[in-house]
Amino acid sequence: MKIRPYGDTLHDGKIQLSFTLPIPCSLHGEETAKALVKKMGIHDVHVVHATPLNDNYSFYILYGTTHHEIDPSTVSVTDVDTDTLTKSDIEDYIEQHFNRPLIFIGASTGTDAHTVGIDAIMNMKGYAGHYGLERYKGIKAINLGSQIDNETLLEEAVKHQADVILISQTVTQKDVHIQNLTAFIELLEAENKRDDFIVIIGGPRITHSLAKELGYDAGFGPKKYAFDVASFAVQALNIKLNKEV
Amino acid sequence: MKLNLNPSQIKQCRNHAEKIASNIQTMIDQHTTVSVERAILRLLGIDGVNSLDVPLVNVITDHILEEAELSLGVAHYISYAIHETKLTPQKIAERIANNTLSLKPYKENPKSPYIENLNPYIDTALKQINTQKQHRQDALTSMPKKTTPDLYVIVATGNIYEDIEQAISAAHKGADIIAVIRTTGQSLLDFVPYGATTEGFGGTMATQENFKLMRKALDEFGKKHHRYIKLVNYASGLCMPEIAAIGALERLDMMLNDSLYGIIFRDINMKRTFIDQYFSRVISAYADIIINTGEDNYLTTSDAFEHAHTVLASQFINEQFALKAKMKPSLMGLGHAFEIDPELENSFLYELAQAELSREIFPEAPLKYMPPTKHLSGDIFKGFIQNALFNIVAVTSHQSIHLLGMLTEAIHTPFMSDRALAIDNATYIAKAFKDFSNEITYNDNGIIKTRAHQVLNEAENLLVTINEEGLFKTLEKGRFAGISRTPIQGKGLKGVFTKHPNYTNPVLNQMLKALKKEENHEN
Ligand code: B12
Repeated sequence: MKIRPYGDTLHDGKIQLSFTLPIPCSLHGEETAKALVKKMGIHDVHVVHATPLNDNYSFYILYGTTHHEIDPSTVSVTDVDTDTLTKSDIEDYIEQHFNRPLIFIGASTGTDAHTVGIDAIMNMKGYAGHYGLERYKGIKAINLGSQIDNETLLEEAVKHQADVILISQTVTQKDVHIQNLTAFIELLEAENKRDDFIVIIGGPRITHSLAKELGYDAGFGPKKYAFDVASFAVQALNIKLNKEV
Repeated sequence: MKLNLNPSQIKQCRNHAEKIASNIQTMIDQHTTVSVERAILRLLGIDGVNSLDVPLVNVITDHILEEAELSLGVAHYISYAIHETKLTPQKIAERIANNTLSLKPYKENPKSPYIENLNPYIDTALKQINTQKQHRQDALTSMPKKTTPDLYVIVATGNIYEDIEQAISAAHKGADIIAVIRTTGQSLLDFVPYGATTEGFGGTMATQENFKLMRKALDEFGKKHHRYIKLVNYASGLCMPEIAAIGALERLDMMLNDSLYGIIFRDINMKRTFIDQYFSRVISAYADIIINTGEDNYLTTSDAFEHAHTVLASQFINEQFALKAKMKPSLMGLGHAFEIDPELENSFLYELAQAELSREIFPEAPLKYMPPTKHLSGDIFKGFIQNALFNIVAVTSHQSIHLLGMLTEAIHTPFMSDRALAIDNATYIAKAFKDFSNEITYNDNGIIKTRAHQVLNEAENLLVTINEEGLFKTLEKGRFAGISRTPIQGKGLKGVFTKHPNYTNPVLNQMLKALKKEENHEN
C-alpha cells in the first residue's frame, strides 16, 4: 500500500517546511521560496510566514501538498541483527562461551570533549536506569575519557589486549566525526589490526548503517544502552573467536 | 528580598569560601606558568609568528626553557636584553626567532636592575586598554539602559566571516551580546593561533585578528543603530591569561573565565589552571571586562536537582577568587542554569527558587543564566516551550546576562533562523512578564522558599567540607560534576614553575597598583 503524509484526511499529503534564504525579505523572496519548494515535488505551496533575519536574509514557513507517495514495504532498515539480551543473560552468555573476562576499551576521540555518551555506556552508573558495562560480571571496561587521539586509542587497545573498541563521537559539525572515524579504520588497516577487534561506534548522529558504511562492526545512537551494545558485542565475539554461527 | 535568607548564614558561606580561595592563593603567588609569561610578552607589545607559524611569544618562552631558566620570569631577560641591545621587545623577539640573539647569558645575572626599561612598553599596552575602556564606557552611558536582561547568543560557524554575518543578523533581531564560541581542541593548544581563521569545528578559533574583525563589525553596526553590542570570547584552557590580554587590547566586553572548568571538563592540571586564572582575572579586572563563570556545566554531567548546591558553592568560590584578583562585583558574571529534568513535577518552581537564590545572594553581580541544554531533544517544538519557561524565570528573577536557548540545541550549532526564533521568544516574554516580579511574593512555607533554604544549607555544608579538606582534595573526590582530578595529573603541568627569588611580573604589579588605587577611591 502506498502512503502519503497525513494532515487531517488520509492521503492529503500535507507537509510543513521552514528555511532561510540569503536574499532580502520581500514578495520576491516569498515567490522564490515557493518556487524552490515546488521543485521538491510539493504543490499548493503557501508561505504562511515570512520575516527578515537582517537586510540580506529572510526566513519562511511554508505548507504544501506532496503528490509523491511511498510503499513502506519497499523500504529496508539496516539495524543490528543480533538478539538483544538482558544484563544477566549477557553475563551468563559470557560465562558459557568464554573462559576469561572480555575486555572493552572506549573513548571519546579526536578533539571531542563530550564524555556523557561514552560514560553512559561504560561507567558503573550507566544511564537512564541501565547500568554500564563496568557493572557487568565478565566484562572489564576501560574508559579512556575524552579527547583521545586515534593513535593513543589503538596503542591502549593493543596494550590491554582488548576484545572490543568503543568510540563515541558527539561533535558532527562539518562532518568532523566522519573524518575522524574514517581515519581510525584506515589506521587499523594500515597496522593490519582490523580483525583483532570488534569495533563499535556511537553518538547522537550515529546509526548502524553509517557504521557499516564506514567499515565498523556496529553503530548505536540515542536511546541505546550498555545492554544493547554488550548484546551485540558478545555475540559477535562468539562468532569471531569460537567460529560459531 | 523575597526568600528571607539568613544574612549571617550567607556571611558564613563567604567566610568559608574566602579561606578556601586563600589557601590556593598562597600556591598561586609562589608560581608562574608559560602562559602567564607569554601574556606578559604580549603586553610588552610582542606580536606575530615565525616562519613555522609559531607565535613569537612562544618562541621566546621555548628559547628560555631550552637555554635558560623560565622561573626567573621573562621580565628578567627582556629587561637585560633591552638594556644591552637598545632594541624594542618586538625586535628582540624577531632576533631570537632568527637565532641572531640569545637570552642565555642573562640566566646567571643578578636580579635585573633594568626592570624599569620595560615601563614604556607596558605603558603603551595599558594606554591602549584604557582607551578601550573609555570607549566602552562612553558608548554605554550614551545609550538608554535596559531594565530586562541582556540577550546573549552564540555564533559558532567555524569561519569568522560567516560568524560576522550571523552576529550582525542576531544584533538586528535584538541580541545585546555576541559570543564567538571556540573550536574544539583550542583549549588544549598551548599557544594562541594567529590571523583570521575560517576552519573550526563546533566553534571558531580565538585569535587576535578574529577578535578585531568581529569587534569592528559590531562597532559599525552599533554606530549605525545607536547601540553597543557586547562581544564575548573564552579566556579558558591552556592560554587563559594570553587570551585575557588579547581581549583587553581588542575591547572584548566579557570573557568566559572559570577557576574550575578547565580542570573538570578539559583535564587541565589544577595548579596550572588556578595560576593562569589569577593573572587572567587581574587583566580582566583592569580592563573592565566582565567574566562569565561556568557553574552551569556541572549540571550537564550531574543531576541538576540533586547537585544544585554545588553550583551555589562554586559561585561563592569563584566570587572569592575574583576578589583576590581585585575584581569588582559588577564584573562577576557568576553562572548558573535551568537544567532540571522536565519530567520532574514542579520543576519550574525549583528553577525559580535557584535563580532567585543566586540573585539574592549576589545582588551586584551580572549573573549569567544558562538555558536548558541537556534535556533538549530532537523535539524542537517542546524545546521551544522549555526555552520559554526558562525565559520567564530569567525575567522574573532579574537575571543580568540571559543566554538564549536554541530549539535545535540537541541537533546542531545554531542556524541563523534558530537564533532569530530564540530572540523572538525572549523578547516576547520580556515584554509580557516585564513587571510580573513586582506583583508576586512567595509563600513562607511554600515549595520555592523551602527549596531555596535547603540549597543554601547544603551549599554551606559543602563549603565547610571543602574548607576542611582543601580544594585540591575536593577536586580529587569529584565533588563538582562528579569528575575526579588530581594535582599531579592533567595537561599543562609541565608549564608550571616555582618563582625564582629574583622573579618579577611588572605587568601584574602595575595592574594591581591601579586596581588598589581604584578600590581605595571607592571605599
Ligand atoms: C553536555 C554537553 C556538553 C558538556 C559536556 C560534558 C561532558 N563531560 O561530556 C560541555 C558543556 C562540556 C559541552 C561542551 C561542548 N559542546 Co556540548 N553539548 C552537551 C549537550 C547539552 C548534551 C550532550 C549529552 O551529554 N547528551 C547525553 C548523552 C547520554 O547522549 P549521547 O551522547 O547521544 O549518548 C547516547 C547515545 O548517542 C549512545 N552513545 C554515545 N556514545 C556512544 C559510544 C558508543 C561506543 C556506543 C555504543 C553508544 C554511544 O549512548 C548514549 C546513551 O543512550 C549537547 C546538546 C544536546 N542536548 O544533545 C551539546 C552539544 C553536543 N555540544 C556541542 C558543542 C559544539 C560543544 C562544544 C564543541 C562547544 C564549544 N565550541 O566549546 C564544547 C566541546 C568542546 C570539545 N572539545 O569537544 C554541540 C555539537 C554540535 C554538532 N552537532 O556538532 C551540541 C549538539 C550543542 C549545540 N547544539 O551546539 N557540551
